[in-house]
Amino acid sequence: MTTPTSSLSDAPSLVLDDVSEGQPRSTSPSDGPRLRTRVVRGARGWWRWLTSMRTALMLLFLLALAAVPGSLLPQRPLSQTAVGQYFADHPELAPVLDRFGFFDVFAAPWFAAIYLLLFSSLIGCLVPRTWGHIRALRAEPPRAPSRLSRLPRHAEIPIRNSAEQALDIAEEELRDLRYRVVRRDGAISAEKGLLKETGNIAFHLALLGLLISLAVGKLWGYEGSVLVQEGQGFCNTFQQYDTYSAGPLIDGADLRPLCVDLEDFQARYEPDLTPASFTGDITYSRTLGGADEQATIGINSPLRVDGMRLYLTGRGFAPIFSVTLPDGTELTDLSAPFLPTDPATMLSEGVLKLPDLGAGRDQLALEGVFLPTAQDAGGGLLTSVDPRPLDPAVAIVVYAGTLGLDSGIPQNVFTLDQERIQRGQLDRVGSANLRPGESLELPDGTSVTFTGFKEFAALQLHRDPSQLSVLLTALAMLAGLTATLLVRRRRVFVRPGGMGADGSDRRAMVPGSTMLEIGGLRQGGSTDPTEFEQVVQRIRTALADRKDP
Amino acid sequence: MSDAASLAGLADTLFSITILVYSLATIAFAVEFAFSREATVSERDKERQPARSGASAEQIGQIQVLNPTRSESEPTPRAQFASRAGQLAMGITLIGAFIHGTVLLLRGLAAERIPLGNMFEHATMVAFIGVAGFLFLAVRTPRLRRVGLFVLLAVTVGLVLNGLFLYAESGPLVAALRSRWLVVHVTTVTIGFGAFLTSGIVSALYLVRSRFEEVGEGAVGLASRIGRRLPDAATLDRAAHRLVIFGFPIFTFAVIAGAVWAESAWGRFWGWDPKETWAFISWIVYAAYLHARATAGWKGRAAAWINVGGLAVMLFNLLFVNLIIAGLHSYAGIN
Repeated sequence: MTTPTSSLSDAPSLVLDDVSEGQPRSTSPSDGPRLRTRVVRGARGWWRWLTSMRTALMLLFLLALAAVPGSLLPQRPLSQTAVGQYFADHPELAPVLDRFGFFDVFAAPWFAAIYLLLFSSLIGCLVPRTWGHIRALRAEPPRAPSRLSRLPRHAEIPIRNSAEQALDIAEEELRDLRYRVVRRDGAISAEKGLLKETGNIAFHLALLGLLISLAVGKLWGYEGSVLVQEGQGFCNTFQQYDTYSAGPLIDGADLRPLCVDLEDFQARYEPDLTPASFTGDITYSRTLGGADEQATIGINSPLRVDGMRLYLTGRGFAPIFSVTLPDGTELTDLSAPFLPTDPATMLSEGVLKLPDLGAGRDQLALEGVFLPTAQDAGGGLLTSVDPRPLDPAVAIVVYAGTLGLDSGIPQNVFTLDQERIQRGQLDRVGSANLRPGESLELPDGTSVTFTGFKEFAALQLHRDPSQLSVLLTALAMLAGLTATLLVRRRRVFVRPGGMGADGSDRRAMVPGSTMLEIGGLRQGGSTDPTEFEQVVQRIRTALADRKDP
Repeated sequence: MSDAASLAGLADTLFSITILVYSLATIAFAVEFAFSREATVSERDKERQPARSGASAEQIGQIQVLNPTRSESEPTPRAQFASRAGQLAMGITLIGAFIHGTVLLLRGLAAERIPLGNMFEHATMVAFIGVAGFLFLAVRTPRLRRVGLFVLLAVTVGLVLNGLFLYAESGPLVAALRSRWLVVHVTTVTIGFGAFLTSGIVSALYLVRSRFEEVGEGAVGLASRIGRRLPDAATLDRAAHRLVIFGFPIFTFAVIAGAVWAESAWGRFWGWDPKETWAFISWIVYAAYLHARATAGWKGRAAAWINVGGLAVMLFNLLFVNLIIAGLHSYAGIN
């Protein structure tokens, strides 16, 4: 028989450790064809390697390591612009990195390979562990060791009643303390803390559930972003988004109907110009031409409707211009969103492209900056000193020529194609700093007037069908983790003193008194003795209370 | 001067006083460390651990065998002096922690919010939790008092650097941080980090001590002179593990709470923002530590190295990711 101390350390430990280590290696090359044996043996060896704790640890480290470039290199899903900048800065290195997926690490095949291997390893560990634990839950606590005095914790209590009664009382107390108790051969074996392994297995099962939920979300989820000016709106179709991404199992017909109009946008600031809140008042309808509903969305408070979530993710200003052509035709309310380059002053850059000014006319583009609170910086330059639109102005350069919007090559709506300017397809025809109401006369007699501004909001619509199950599996992980880290497995054995012991027990010889021997052990070698002491104290008190039946 | 400004000013003064008091505690711990020679069981230690049968008695017995006369009878004047210095150091640390907590309280009152709105406050709170974690360990297991020199030294230096480079005026929160989840997420991150901080230091000391125990009495050099005075390796290992066991579920909860908040603030619960990526990396490293500590061939020094690595990852996440890498978590309040 093994020593009592080792019998608990053989029990499943805190984490899923190498379950295959104990299995006998296959040592029978004689039966079956050689090749098959070798293949089977190879596969078995590989499986043993994969499910060993060592491998799991290496894979864990590999996963952590693989995530590092995802934070140090620009990532496409986070910022396409940053990736473009990296390509410009490192023309040699960037294409190589790109080939190996370093600009979208978390979708790269090698990243997937690591976590899929890790999860195979986990499943390989978890399945036998789960069966083992189910067996352990059904099994009775082990037989009491022959010498309780050799257990890490040991106590003796004098008893006055018969040994049988004392055991009855001890058993009752242990059951009260929610130990699993069994009486065998005149001794009590009690065990507690199987929740540790239950929590351990629950944690890892929940981890698997989390991964599956994430995969479901990737396959059936979608999101779209759009810039909406005050008074405008959009509907939930891929065509109306500026950018969108959708899982491979989603097509346009799966999008639920939702139309949203941005009525009003407000930004509020603290006295020291710390942004206090951004809110957008919206009306939305859930069916085409359905009833309008009102809502206010803002940072940290999205609209949640029919499993879709609508977020306010950004904001900015859209300067409004009117253009009067030489023939007197007036085009009003022309505007385009300008993107903020500095959130502290809301200095914003953008371009208003005017392709349709009439047949035979040059197309125009107004490129420049919008300053919510403009201040003269000297030399004809303006700078913005406040994010609030207290004294707005624009500084624009006007280009005339062909914009090439119908050339088939997609253009950035926020910038002008510099190549077209270099190639002479666009000519600079004027520039000015304008306050509201001020105009710029172009050489051909066209007049451009800055009439005011609107605010716009960046809206994002998301749908992730598995979001709730991600949360629930994550919480299950936390519960399992807490249980497995906090609960300790412990055993208590009780036996009347002298019986089955080494025979040299002096107290057994004292007439009229017997001893009750209690031994305890706990997994994980903590020195904290309080719990065992409490058990002993409880049994002692119970024995004293019921001395005379 | 307005009430808020005077409260904030008082907090700044107390911050300096905290550093001063912790410096004194460091010196007192250093005195204890220098004057304690062998792994003697201190008087308080014996009071708290009455002689028992079984494994713990064996442990005490081992130490008693090393030094039978001293721990049984009167301790030498030198050991007495060391012990007094240690008790004094504990007292000073307790006072320092009290002032430290007051700094956070005042900053919270001054800004009328939880004092976790920028990196300065976050780092101050991490240091506070780290000290509290140490005090908890040292009160439960007096042998661990000798770790105090290193924890307090790290905390003091950390607070000085924090005050020099990360200082931010007490002020209102930016819009994105005005959420109930700030309290839940940042508080738990901070508590987890504080536990990991002290745990990492204890594991580093474990590495020194276990090397000393391998080489034995004949060892020379600074590391062995430190190792000689440290608590035994098994105690250090258990203390480090206990702190991670405390910190890891809290940190896990913090990550989940962060994901819930991100879902309502940024539109997705996880988006591999640099901070999220590094939270993922730290979580994996600490998960690896817990696994390693229960795996033959990894428990002991290898596991301790992982824990030290975990602390390095946490610090990298705090400093490099907040200050250098642009991301959604840019709330450092430093321009």
